[in-house]
Amino acid sequence: MKSLQDDRVGTGSSQRPGSPNKGAGTARVKARPADRIFRFLSTGSAGLIMVILAGVALFLIIKAGPAIVANWSTTTDLSGGTTHGFSSFWAYVGPLIWGTLFSALIALVLGAPVAIGIALFISHYAPRRLAGVLGYLVDLLAAVPSVVFGLWGIFVIRPFLIPFQDWLNQYLGWIPLFSGPVSRTGSTMLAGGVVLAVMILPIITSISREIFLQTPRLHEEAALALGSTKWEMVKLAVFPYARSGIVSATLLGLGRALGETMAIALIMSPSLVFSVQMITDTRNSQTIAANIALNFPESNDLQRDGLIATGLALFVISFGVNFIARLVIARTGGPRRAKKSARLTPASDATSLLTADAAESPVSIRSEQAARDAEAGDERTELAAEQNEDR
Amino acid sequence: MSKRINVNDLDVYYSDFLAVEGVNMTIEPRTVTAFIGPSGCGKSTFLRTLNRMHEVIPGAHVDGEVYIDGDNLYAPGVDPVSVRRQVGMVFQRANPFPTMSIRDNVLAGVRLNSKRMSKSDADDLVETSLKGANLWNEVKDRLHLPGSGLSGGQQQRLCIARAIAVAPDILLMDEPCSALDPISTLAIEDLIEELKREYTIVIVTHNMQQATRVSDKTAFFNIAGTGKPGKLIEYDDTATIFTKPSVQATEDYVSGRFG
Repeated sequence: MKSLQDDRVGTGSSQRPGSPNKGAGTARVKARPADRIFRFLSTGSAGLIMVILAGVALFLIIKAGPAIVANWSTTTDLSGGTTHGFSSFWAYVGPLIWGTLFSALIALVLGAPVAIGIALFISHYAPRRLAGVLGYLVDLLAAVPSVVFGLWGIFVIRPFLIPFQDWLNQYLGWIPLFSGPVSRTGSTMLAGGVVLAVMILPIITSISREIFLQTPRLHEEAALALGSTKWEMVKLAVFPYARSGIVSATLLGLGRALGETMAIALIMSPSLVFSVQMITDTRNSQTIAANIALNFPESNDLQRDGLIATGLALFVISFGVNFIARLVIARTGGPRRAKKSARLTPASDATSLLTADAAESPVSIRSEQAARDAEAGDERTELAAEQNEDR
Repeated sequence: MSKRINVNDLDVYYSDFLAVEGVNMTIEPRTVTAFIGPSGCGKSTFLRTLNRMHEVIPGAHVDGEVYIDGDNLYAPGVDPVSVRRQVGMVFQRANPFPTMSIRDNVLAGVRLNSKRMSKSDADDLVETSLKGANLWNEVKDRLHLPGSGLSGGQQQRLCIARAIAVAPDILLMDEPCSALDPISTLAIEDLIEELKREYTIVIVTHNMQQATRVSDKTAFFNIAGTGKPGKLIEYDDTATIFTKPSVQATEDYVSGRFG
C-alpha cells in the first residue's frame, strides 16, 4: 500500500514511511501547464513515429496488392515494357531480392573489415589528436549525399576497377564470381559493391569505435600485465567484449546497404537475373531500390504497383535485418549488464574509490567509467562520445 | 625463479608532473614486501613501474633504473612486453576475462607466447597453477565454466593462478584484497605466504594489519601535500617499521595518528 502511495506522489522510495513529510506529500501535486504541454508534445512525437511506420506499411500493402495477385503473363499492363516476360510478381521480385542481398553482401565483405580496422585504429592505436580528427572525418563521410557517391563511382571507381577486374578474370576466372566476359565500361556489380562498401563504412566504424572505447580498462590491463602485445591485448580483451557490438554494427551496415539506391542505380548496368557474376556488363543482378528508381518514370499504374510491391519486399527485409541487429544487442547486452552490477557491490565500489591512489586516478576513473558505461548499456552512444574526447 | 629487484634513484612522471621522486630500494628474492602509505602517495604508481605497466597511461615515463637480477628494465631496447612476462601483476579488482572459461583464463598468458601446447601439458599447467593459487579443489569440476561466475575471492585467486601460470620471477599485487571480504582476504594472505617460497612478492596495501601479517619488509611512502611528489620515507623490516620506526611520519602513520 505504502509503495502505491509513494508512486502516486512521485517521491518514490526516497520518502521514508512515517517521516513527518508524509502527510503533506500524499496530497496530489498539481501539474503545471508547461509541464503538461511538454509531456503532450513529447508523447505526441513518440506516437507520431508509430503512426508514420504503420502508415508506410499500410500504404505499401494496399498499393502492392493488385500487382501481387495479378497474373503477369495475361494482364496487358504487365506483359509489356519493363515487366515483360515475368509469369508472376514472385518471378519478378525474386532476382531483385537476390541482387539486393548479393550487392549488400559484397559491400559488407569489402567494407566491414576496413570499418572495424578504422574503428580499432581510432580507439586503440591512434594518438589522441589524430583519433579525434579521424573520427570526425569518418562521421563526415556519413554526411556525403549518396548521389555524390554515385557520381564518384561513375567517374572514379568504374575506370579505376577495370584493370583490376581484368586481372581477377584472368587469374580467378574459374570462380563463377569472376567469370567473363569482362566489362569494358566498368559498370559492374563489383564497382557498385565497392561504392556501397564506402557508404556503409561510417555507420559500422562509429558503432564499433564506441564499443571498443568502452572495453573495461580492467580487462585491457589484465591482458597487458600478462605480457601481451597490443594486438594480443585487442584479441584477448577488446574483441571478446565488443563481439556483439561488432555484429550489430555490421547488421546495421547491411541494413544501409540493402536500402541504398543511387550508388547502384548510377553505376551498375543491371539485369533482372539470378547471377553471381560481379565483373560483367550484362549479368549484374539488379537491386530492388535501384530498380524502382530507374523504372518508375516509364511504368504504367499497375507496373508502379508492382514496383511498390518490390518496395514492400525491401521493407520487410530491412526490417528483419534491423530487428535481428537489435536482438543481438539486447541479448548480449543483458547478461553483461547483470554481471557488472553483481560485481559492483556497494562495498567493493566504495573501498576501491577510497583507496585509489590519486596519482593513479586516471586509471581508476577510466575503469570506473567503463564499468558504468557498460552498465548503462543503452546510453552507450552519448557516453562513448564523451570518452572519445578524453582519449 | 625468484629474482632480486634493485631500484636506483627512480623518478616517475605523468607527462610533466613528478608523481614519485627519488626511490632507492632493494627487494630480496623470496620475500614479501609491503608498500604502505596514504592515498595518492604514489605507491601504486611506483609498483607499476616495476613491470612498466605505468606506460599504459599516455605520457607516463620514468627517470632512473630498475634492475631485476642485474638487468635494467629501462635500458634502451628492452621490450615492455617481455618485462611483463617476467613480472606478473594482480590488480585491485579481480579481472578474469569474462568470456573465457576458468581453464582458458589460466592459459591466457601462456597462449600469448603462441606456444603450441599439447592438451595434457595444458591440463597439467592448469592444475598446477590452480593448485598454486589454492583454487583447484573449488573449481576442478567446472573448469569449462566462465571465470566470471566465481565469487570475488575465487576470481582474485583465478587471477593469481593466471599470473603464475606464465612462471614469472616476480609477482606484484596492487591491493589484491581491498575488494574482498575477510574470509577471502585470509585465503589470499595464506596464499601469499605459500607463493613466497617461489616468487618475489611486492604488495600494495592499505591495511596495516595485512602488512604485518604477510610481509617481511615494509616500505612507507608519503606525500608532502597535493601536487607534490610522493617519496619513499622509510624502508625496513616490517617489525621495525611497526614497532620502532626511525622517522616520525612513519610512526604517526602506523600508529593511526594520521592517514
